[in-house]
Amino acid sequence: MSDSAVTTKKDWTSDQEVRWCPGCGDYSILTAMQLLMPELGTRREDTVFVSGIGCAARFPYYMNTYGLHAIHGRSPAIATGLAMARRDLDVWVVGGDGDMLSIGGNHLIHALRRNVNLTILLFNNQIYGLTKGQYSPTSEVGKVTKSTPMGSLDTPFNPISVALGAEASFVARTHDMDRAHMQEVFGRAHNHRGAAIVEVYQNCNVFNDGAFAALTKKDARAEMLIPLQHGEPVRFGPQAERGVILDDGVARIVSVDDVGVDALHVHDETAEDLSVAFALSRLADDRHSPTPIGVYCAVDRLEYGGGIDAQIAAAQADRGPGDLDALLHSLPTWEVN
Amino acid sequence: MINTEELLPEVREVERIIVRFAGDSGDGMQLTGDRFTSASALFGNDLATLPEFPAEIRAPAGTLAGVSAFQVHISDHDITTPGDAPNVLVTMNPAAMMAELPRLESGGTIIVNTDAFNERNLAKAGYRSNPLEDGSLDGYAVITAPMTDLTKQVCKDLGVKPRDAERSKNFFALGLVSWLFSRPTDPSLHWIREKFAGRDTVIAANEAAFKAGHAFGETAELSASRLAVRPARFDPGTYTNINGNTALSWGLIAASQKAGIPIFLGSYPITPASDILHELAKHKNFGVRTLQAEDEIAAIGAALGASYGGHLGITTTSGPGLALKGETLGLAVSLELPLVVIDIQRGGPSTGLPTKTEAADLMMAHYGRHGEAPLPIVSANSPSDCFCAAFEAVRIALRYRTPVILLSDGYLANGTEPWRLPAANDLPDIPVDFASSANALNEDGEEVFWPYVRNDDLARPWAVPGTANLMHRIGGIEKEDGTGNISYDPQNHGRMVAIRDQRIRKVADSYPPTVVEGDTDADLVVVSWGSTWGAITSAVGRMRRAGDKVARVHLTNLYPLPNDLGDILRQFDKVIVPEMNLGQLSKILRAEYLVDAKSISKVEGQPFTAAELHQQFREMTQ
Repeated sequence: MSDSAVTTKKDWTSDQEVRWCPGCGDYSILTAMQLLMPELGTRREDTVFVSGIGCAARFPYYMNTYGLHAIHGRSPAIATGLAMARRDLDVWVVGGDGDMLSIGGNHLIHALRRNVNLTILLFNNQIYGLTKGQYSPTSEVGKVTKSTPMGSLDTPFNPISVALGAEASFVARTHDMDRAHMQEVFGRAHNHRGAAIVEVYQNCNVFNDGAFAALTKKDARAEMLIPLQHGEPVRFGPQAERGVILDDGVARIVSVDDVGVDALHVHDETAEDLSVAFALSRLADDRHSPTPIGVYCAVDRLEYGGGIDAQIAAAQADRGPGDLDALLHSLPTWEVN
Repeated sequence: MINTEELLPEVREVERIIVRFAGDSGDGMQLTGDRFTSASALFGNDLATLPEFPAEIRAPAGTLAGVSAFQVHISDHDITTPGDAPNVLVTMNPAAMMAELPRLESGGTIIVNTDAFNERNLAKAGYRSNPLEDGSLDGYAVITAPMTDLTKQVCKDLGVKPRDAERSKNFFALGLVSWLFSRPTDPSLHWIREKFAGRDTVIAANEAAFKAGHAFGETAELSASRLAVRPARFDPGTYTNINGNTALSWGLIAASQKAGIPIFLGSYPITPASDILHELAKHKNFGVRTLQAEDEIAAIGAALGASYGGHLGITTTSGPGLALKGETLGLAVSLELPLVVIDIQRGGPSTGLPTKTEAADLMMAHYGRHGEAPLPIVSANSPSDCFCAAFEAVRIALRYRTPVILLSDGYLANGTEPWRLPAANDLPDIPVDFASSANALNEDGEEVFWPYVRNDDLARPWAVPGTANLMHRIGGIEKEDGTGNISYDPQNHGRMVAIRDQRIRKVADSYPPTVVEGDTDADLVVVSWGSTWGAITSAVGRMRRAGDKVARVHLTNLYPLPNDLGDILRQFDKVIVPEMNLGQLSKILRAEYLVDAKSISKVEGQPFTAAELHQQFREMTQ
């Protein structure tokens, strides 16, 4: 039964009816995940999906694993406790841009900097879906919604920049129109030790339809998506005719013919200095400019739960396992006969 | 152990003495009081302490805002409070004199560091003239000592710089007070050597100051003031002097050991709860995991996540933090997972009086969540009882799979008393049974696991991730009874609300019978909870010694209330409820039992004194 490491998509599909709007980008992300799981060779009972509130946060109900659908914004914190206590588990965190970057922004950045062993999927659709169409912390300036009838004034977050600024050790971006790419990136994120975050461009066809269409439509991808590949020059375009250079620390898009291949930036996802990854994340400041996808950084750094366990082991090696009577007598005592 | 037969003949014996040490925040009065307490504990006195410090990080030196005080009550018999009016006041500067003199009993003893009574300090304290010279202290026994100068003098030959030497003046005070009250000197000297190990000049300076203070008592002809308090009669056993936060931390560790699951503490620093985080962080060899979270919400969230994973999830806080945790508490109620939430209450609302005590979070503990979200509430009644209360909170949380709120307060947290240590073997086991197999049949007759099937306690199975075949999804959305699937059905919601109510009420079935102390045939019963226990015990004792009949009931479990409480209260004509709030328990008792419970309130950041309660009880019986 479930002990077998050989599973199929069906094994990972729960008996619950999926209740996203027809056409929602979440469906393809769910399918990618259910297809990926058998490939990872992990066990369902060792897998936990934790979520907050929002459309994306319904995700755990549809996976035939352990699932915890918590409260708005708090999933990174709740998952932190679970992952610290139970390092034997695969803990996934799923949420949207409102859940993770607005009400739960604080928990997200601290889970990332601590490098808790979590795989965090941030479904970014740049809108509040469950509450029916208010602007989100990733919505573009000027967004007209029910709560911003004259256009939003807030500068949006760039989730990749936020994650890098929060010292994340694994940061990647993918999109809901490319199942193979999602599976590859999710799998890499899962295999990373420590906190991994993947931003998924996800279409909300009801409240923000086509938000990423200019980037992710099949015929636009070659022009608009910049694949990041470790050890390779960063270049894109139908004929790979464009590329990225670093100009005094700033990433710029150039014509390869103008600068020559050797001048292109060679992507190093293992660079411990995240400033280049940050520069790459700043390439696109709107939804209509070429945007890097793939793994921005994958840095090996102390995983938090492992650090805690090492301290426990060191304390036990030093003082022996806890002895309750010894603890009770550890302050000065006196005898009464 | 000190042989009390060797007490010098000029020493006058008293049954008890209350000493209050007061000085500037930088004068080390907490340390001095603590050392004096330890020496008294090792000597065998019964005792109770009350540290009081300013909330300011460091108020300007010499000001009233910067006064830090420590009161200790030592006795040759059983006592339960740090005492009312001090008999002896140690004042290290004019501000301490100004702030603390009104508390001193009339005719009490004042010990003064005269060096601090200069024009500048007098002005800062608001004195127009020097109280040491203007006759305003007439009627008190005043012992003056130039503590700063004498300390500097004895340190001079040791190569200690005058500035550093000045810092040792609190040990001069400790030496002098130790002499006056015939305290053994060895514990303090031993402590100095241990505490400052490796810093030889500091050891030398502190030892010299301590001995100089002791010698000053002998040579300054203060014998008339010398007092002794004999050891108290305790039940046989091993004792330690413990404060509430340490006892509470140890209670959690003991419960974790007895349950066989490790502690996970999520906590955000907040006065006066932080010391529990500090204490638990020291004991990683017990498998304790501590997370200093990014905020109060993350702290409880992480603890709940750990509970979901099968650990003993705990979060510690004070009132403002409990307010922030409310939403996650609601989730824990809905998920029906064990969780212990510890609120060390302080003066409120808002930042309020962070370093002062209050017990005004009872209503928040009861009702501070949206929806019908009942959970058990446990309270501690003395510093050492914090151990038992923590153990009880864990017992309830694990057996009934519920969040539990444990209420302590700033007075219990920092106050100390002697505690007869339990033996680990004598503590009961706390059974934990994780679910391991299917518990239901689905429509097709297949064995399946449903997360909301219940046992006799109405608790649901604790099925932790990693267990094969029990995969399930749960969340904060209303769940179908049994399957745990999302359900918006109106009747199901009504049923689930009722079950959550009933299952918490059932916790009361596990309590021992409620104890009525004192005169069960009295007209008056005093009902209480929390740290008022000590002052009420003392006040009730005074009533009864004076021939006034009174009964008292002290509650540990505040929700659900004991099943027998209503019948007990109805036996009495008068029910009075002293509380450090505006009458929160009395409101609950009135609502629950339709008894005319009268409230006695004190919300001043300080515990009740036995004297003020005694007076109020007397008025109520007349």
